[in-house]
Amino acid sequence: MALKRIIPCLLYDGKGLVKTTKFKNPNYIGDPMNAIKIFNEKEVDELILLDIYATKEKRRINLSKIADFAGECFMPFAYGGGVKTTEEFYELYKIGVEKVIVNSLVFENPAVIKEAVNKYGSQAVVVCLDYKKNLFGKKQVFSFSGHSVKYTPLDFVKYLEQDLGVGELFLQNVDAEGSWEGFDYEFIKQITEVASLPVIVSGGAGHIEHLKKALYECGANGAAIGSMAVYSKKGMGVLINFPKRSEVIIENTDNQ
Amino acid sequence: MLTIVDYGLGNLLSVKNMLKKIGINSKISNSINEINQAEKLILPGVGAFDNGMQRIRERGLESVLTKRVMNDKIPIFGICLGMQLLGKRSEEGNEAGLGWIDAETVKFQFTNKVLKVPHMGWDYIKVKTVNPLISINQKQRYYFVHSYHVKCNNTEDVMATCHYGIEFTSMIHRENIFGAQFHPEKSLSFGMELLQNFVKL
Repeated sequence: MALKRIIPCLLYDGKGLVKTTKFKNPNYIGDPMNAIKIFNEKEVDELILLDIYATKEKRRINLSKIADFAGECFMPFAYGGGVKTTEEFYELYKIGVEKVIVNSLVFENPAVIKEAVNKYGSQAVVVCLDYKKNLFGKKQVFSFSGHSVKYTPLDFVKYLEQDLGVGELFLQNVDAEGSWEGFDYEFIKQITEVASLPVIVSGGAGHIEHLKKALYECGANGAAIGSMAVYSKKGMGVLINFPKRSEVIIENTDNQ
Repeated sequence: MLTIVDYGLGNLLSVKNMLKKIGINSKISNSINEINQAEKLILPGVGAFDNGMQRIRERGLESVLTKRVMNDKIPIFGICLGMQLLGKRSEEGNEAGLGWIDAETVKFQFTNKVLKVPHMGWDYIKVKTVNPLISINQKQRYYFVHSYHVKCNNTEDVMATCHYGIEFTSMIHRENIFGAQFHPEKSLSFGMELLQNFVKL
């Protein structure tokens, strides 16, 4: 079995790294290249970089910047933000991005995602499912780009698997983003029980116990860390860091 | 010069970047002339078997590669699809492989749904034979992404295995020929160490 993963998820605004709370109030963190170099040294399993405003600001993907980042990543590197065409998928793979993450595109033009899966393989295509509680406390798929969504989260996962054939799900709890208060465990369980594709969970990580619980009790394949990767502690200053892997990951080398 | 064979597939830049990181100059090339002068070769690759072999043949690289590897015995390291191409054939297609290793590539077949294909992520390998790249008792993790795996007909060619539903070959080695099913170029310091040791050969 592939080992469980802890994945720093860096938010990029087109210039530098930022950290948000519920994707609001971006706080400047620093230069991506420096952060990536530190994550190499810390031997992180994988790295995600999301340009969270690319779609909203209708910015083109800055390929030369992303190429610089990918060139410094000696671990698998996933990029998301503003990807709209099959050509852009191709350009990103060419410069060394392993996985392309899309979100708005699922609502805007899912055929492109399907085409990318067929051309480049499911392992290279990740869809980010943002969800939020509505006024009645019901969890709903949320679209930052303002699209109306007809699917429930569970139906959405089935759609991604069966209709689009994507290789991985990035499940993001918008309400918990930047909260440090832990993942949405029950919901994660519900999703991983029906999903046959690997699930990375995001939103709420604040302690290694949160990571352990999501990975080993709730069936997540990967746990993303945002605040934990860029702040020394809740409410404290910027510090690029990574939890001690051996305290979270069960290495399980014996069954080899 | 260490030459990364460019046959139009695979992320050559990642390999070159990692080599640069460990202080090694390399050249990405599809030139018969340059391959003829290479000291060592890396054969990367991502994608389908037939596509890979066709591209090698279209570029007229098969005979120069075979001459360098089989006659001149220069070290070669095949990565991912590049390792599968070292064998004779693949279930994935109809083209003949380079055929330097008596092996064929087959697809992972699981009846239960727990194990997903492709096998993707970090896994430990188990080293089976004494070799110059990694010591036999070293437990090291590497990054894998693959739906097919190599089956060697000579067990002594199996340099390391990995477990994913079944025990499969994660590295091969025969004389000057090496291959890894995983991606050393995306496997942090563990991959750097392997490449470093390959360069030292």
